[in-house]
Amino acid sequence: MEKRVTFSRWTIGILFAVPQLLLIFTFFYWPAGQAVYWSLTLQQPWGGGNIWVGLDNFRSILSNADYWNSISASLIFAGISTGLAMFIALVLAALTDRQLAGSRLYRVVLIWPYGIAAPALAMAFRFILAPEAGFMAVVNQVWPGFWDPGLDGTDAMASIIVAFSWKYVGYNFIFFLAAFQAIPRSLIEAAAMDGSGVIRRFWDIQFPLITPTIFFLLVINITESFQDSFGIVDIMTSGGPANATNLMVYKIYSDGFKGLDYSGAAAQSIILMLLIVVLTIFQFRFIERRVHYR
Amino acid sequence: MASITIRDVTKSYAKMQVVHGVDLDIATGEFVVILGPSGCGKSTLLRMIAGLEDISGGTIAIDGTVVNKLEPRERGCAMVFQNYALYPHMSVAQNIGYSLKVSGVPAAERTQRIQAVARTLELEHLLDRKPMALSGGQRQRVAMGRAMIREPKVFLFDEPLSNLDAKLRVQMRSEIRKLHRRLAATSVFVTHDQVEAMTLADKLVVMNGGRVEQVGTPAEVYSRPASRFVATFVGAPAMNMLEGTVTLDGLSLLGDSRKLNVSRTGLPVGSKVAVGIRPEAVRLVAPGTPAALEATVDLVEELGAGRVVYVDLDGAPFSVVTSETVHPVPGSAVGLQFAETDLHFFSSETGARLDVFKASVPEPVF
Repeated sequence: MEKRVTFSRWTIGILFAVPQLLLIFTFFYWPAGQAVYWSLTLQQPWGGGNIWVGLDNFRSILSNADYWNSISASLIFAGISTGLAMFIALVLAALTDRQLAGSRLYRVVLIWPYGIAAPALAMAFRFILAPEAGFMAVVNQVWPGFWDPGLDGTDAMASIIVAFSWKYVGYNFIFFLAAFQAIPRSLIEAAAMDGSGVIRRFWDIQFPLITPTIFFLLVINITESFQDSFGIVDIMTSGGPANATNLMVYKIYSDGFKGLDYSGAAAQSIILMLLIVVLTIFQFRFIERRVHYR
Repeated sequence: MASITIRDVTKSYAKMQVVHGVDLDIATGEFVVILGPSGCGKSTLLRMIAGLEDISGGTIAIDGTVVNKLEPRERGCAMVFQNYALYPHMSVAQNIGYSLKVSGVPAAERTQRIQAVARTLELEHLLDRKPMALSGGQRQRVAMGRAMIREPKVFLFDEPLSNLDAKLRVQMRSEIRKLHRRLAATSVFVTHDQVEAMTLADKLVVMNGGRVEQVGTPAEVYSRPASRFVATFVGAPAMNMLEGTVTLDGLSLLGDSRKLNVSRTGLPVGSKVAVGIRPEAVRLVAPGTPAALEATVDLVEELGAGRVVYVDLDGAPFSVVTSETVHPVPGSAVGLQFAETDLHFFSSETGARLDVFKASVPEPVF
């Protein structure tokens, strides 16, 4: 049985909940409500109140090819960077779980990238991936023009994916390693006695048992790849070249604060919010079924 | 079916040696129980046989083949773990059939063999359940089934009954015994429970501090313990031990406060010995009976069928098991009487058993 706290009077319970409710309201529902309101109005350029325009903002955004390009870029970015960050972390954690000497050190060292602010790490990767001086300069030496994120949209996308994945590999690793270590050693030994080799054991025993963690990280990584990518895009590519890396979250910023189209930006943020909500619902409905909770 | 030959096997971790040169022969079809207190290296030894633990020195051979460097799966052993180690995400049928699936047995044959094992263990109605939905005893049986289905050369049991309640433990104990009689597979069973060990074993191996103290049938180990450790570890309540010195006419016990007349022991006069006597071998008599030791009753434990009487023998604890209709009252004086042949002698220094009536010494006539 789950332990529940019970209060003799419901008012006391409410009192305890009030601070949290207040925080959620102030920092989530109120701004979100404001954004919804703005998205349905047109803000006048020199002030003087908003004009109600209904769904006009949404219509104009959704009929714009640039916006659809931004959506597809965001989806590509989310898919590849989540896949990469999770796959690398999973492999590292699986290997670390087998040889545990120094695992405490890995744990500490690998969480650091997550603690680095996105713009700072983006700056670092801008140097690392610079076509004229970074690691890729070596490749360019052999194969001139192979790598240039400043001109080639695919290269630019690859750079922000690498930077974002690097940040989340550490985060994912911590969770994966904890999940692996939570599997009783005797299960692995029992599987070994049953004749199962290392790879087979991973797929038959360890992988199914860490699916709750995989699912959790999938939701977090996808959500974060839509939101936490802003700083990286801003510093590394500014959405370029030719909008190739103009992710949704960056487009909201550039349209709103550089293009001064507050209403359109508000409408975009509503769409981004809905997209994340839909994706999360989808994951809970269709992927969670395959998760084995112990 | 297979025999196991263990020769001078040692196990060391970084700083500590936990198994010191174990030699053991296990014949085909034998049920061997390794008994010892926790930390005596018994589980480590079992895991070395299984291949879950590296062997630091010596050799282990199964059926004449040295298996030191073989992977667990190549050794033909099946193991039942203390916590059962059932795969939580698989059904009972999948758990039992996993080893067959790994070795590529076709699905039809697999189902058939799972059914057969389930029938033996009365698990047929549970095959679709997950381990979570099973009781402790059922989980235990699934773990057994998982070991059985492979028809292994050797069964290894790592304290498999210690997580069960007392009643279920007795029941599973007899089931394991029956199963062994039917399958006649070589089995090695590790436990710290001496009742379990006595009831299950064909051959009992008592370990302490990483060494084998004694190997023998349960009856041999009980009646002729090879060392002071074995004497006090096997049997409940534990054997009484009194420190004494060999004198000309017998023994002086407890720092000369008590004399015990024993016929010639063949031990050098003045040698320090520990004298052991099983609580079951002592009779309570009226105080003042000739040749009886006098003591004061401390505590009486009622067992229903009998009672354990704890007495104080000049400060030394001493227990007596009695089934007689004697009702000693705590605080009262009693006499302790026992046959000379029930005494066990151990060296005070090494703890080794001292054989008192050697062939060279003529058996005294009473």
